[in-house]
Amino acid sequence: MAERIKNLGEGAKGQWSLPLRKTPPSPLPQSLMGFNSAGEVRAKGPDFTSTISGLGGGCGGRAGTPYKKGPWPSPHIILALMVVWWFWGGVGVAWGATGPQAAAGVTPWWVWALILLGFSFLVGIVSLLGGMGGGTLFVSIIGGFLPFHLDFVRCASLLVALCGALSAGPGLLRYGMGDLRLSLPAALMTSSGAIFGALVGLKLSAQTVQTALGLTILGIVFIIVRAKKLEYPEVPTADPLSILLRIGGVYLDRATKEEVPWQVHRTPVSLLLFLLIGIMAGVFGIGAGWANVTVLNLIMGAPIKVAVGTSKLIICLTNTSAAWIYLHSGAVLLVILVPSIIGMMLGSWAGVYVLVRIAPIRLRYIVIALLLFAGIRSLLKGLGIWN
Amino acid sequence: MNKTQKSDIQLFYAKVIDRAAKLGFLLLLLTFSVYISGILTPYVPLEHLSQYWGVSAAKYLEATQIQPDWGWVAKLHHGDMLNFFPITILAGVAIFGYLCLVYKFFRNREIILGMIVIFQIMVLILAASGVLKIGGH
Repeated sequence: MAERIKNLGEGAKGQWSLPLRKTPPSPLPQSLMGFNSAGEVRAKGPDFTSTISGLGGGCGGRAGTPYKKGPWPSPHIILALMVVWWFWGGVGVAWGATGPQAAAGVTPWWVWALILLGFSFLVGIVSLLGGMGGGTLFVSIIGGFLPFHLDFVRCASLLVALCGALSAGPGLLRYGMGDLRLSLPAALMTSSGAIFGALVGLKLSAQTVQTALGLTILGIVFIIVRAKKLEYPEVPTADPLSILLRIGGVYLDRATKEEVPWQVHRTPVSLLLFLLIGIMAGVFGIGAGWANVTVLNLIMGAPIKVAVGTSKLIICLTNTSAAWIYLHSGAVLLVILVPSIIGMMLGSWAGVYVLVRIAPIRLRYIVIALLLFAGIRSLLKGLGIWN
Repeated sequence: MNKTQKSDIQLFYAKVIDRAAKLGFLLLLLTFSVYISGILTPYVPLEHLSQYWGVSAAKYLEATQIQPDWGWVAKLHHGDMLNFFPITILAGVAIFGYLCLVYKFFRNREIILGMIVIFQIMVLILAASGVLKIGGH
């Protein structure tokens, strides 16, 4: 049996891997956003592996690489000013001195719509740079600071992250960074789990979800700080299931212009983890891209760029199944949903501009700070300490 | 399956979801403009929304007498309900893409992956059917 598996493995490498590209793939149209254009940027500029890899600082980022400078102020300053503006110029004014719930009744709907548009724009930038789906940031901050019920926020978050993934997915597939075969079994597990999670999540009280969300986000911060992503994990032997499913191949790393062969292992245990990730995604209304990337890269051994790309494909399915449950349960408010989707898409486009001008390590700090703040806020709000 | 076929399936799937997502996004922009401009009378007036966005989805449905599931189809003449059409497209892009994949995988005699795709479609259709829903807390 072992001999047979070994032969199968060799067969997989020989017959089923992606073709070795002799030339880089053709540039993607500008209309495609996010990672498509980011791929072009990477080919010309610094390696943003650590930036897009779920913020792990352990690989790829070239600290000494000079970043492209333009006529604009430092992107860090622009980004920081936008965050400050959003909180104090937008949310602060809308709240007034009364807090979010009281302000909800007196502030016109279009003010909230503009706040959501602005915030989603920021989330679009940060999530693109941070290799996240954006759902976690969206739910934690919108759910924590704006007066909307978590049912509506979670539904909007799922669709926002879904739209982001749908925008990025085609480009990732074309570049070979997202692997369809790798995504198929994983997405089946996450989407099944997400249905169950959504049903449970809608049954829980808002306070319970807020508290659990706060704890989860603080856990995410811990993972981001501690986990060291691996650019090219060592996988000595592919496991039988991955061989059977013919998972593996070769992708062109546009930063190094190298063709990288890859295969995966520990597929069965990873599929169970994907089921748990799906449940969590459904409960909290997030895409859980950070969790997908961690499992794909650290446990299965997929190269980090393949893991990030494939994670987006998985999010498409996870969020689709969970979003349907929320949609059918009536958790849709258009003034929350539509501005958020528009902002996210515009932010993804703008993120590409920022990507060439911001150092990965500093971005990591921005995202960690935002998540830490939002996580503490969710926890305290759930516990009734800070309403 | 040879290498080219695998690449072809990826590119085909990329093309399908790319076009469907763009269609959904453009329609969403259009219908939302119709909604906020008041061209079609909304089922729930925009001015009243602030009364509902702080309550749970179940209470919102109860207060507005909106039928969940596919009830919006019968109310497409309202500006707000019209927006559910592009939202449904966006939420259905993956299903459509996977339906196309079934044909591709079976044509290439990749039975196992074809079966995974069929199971995935069944899961998504189960979610989209409205059979599984919850009344909220």
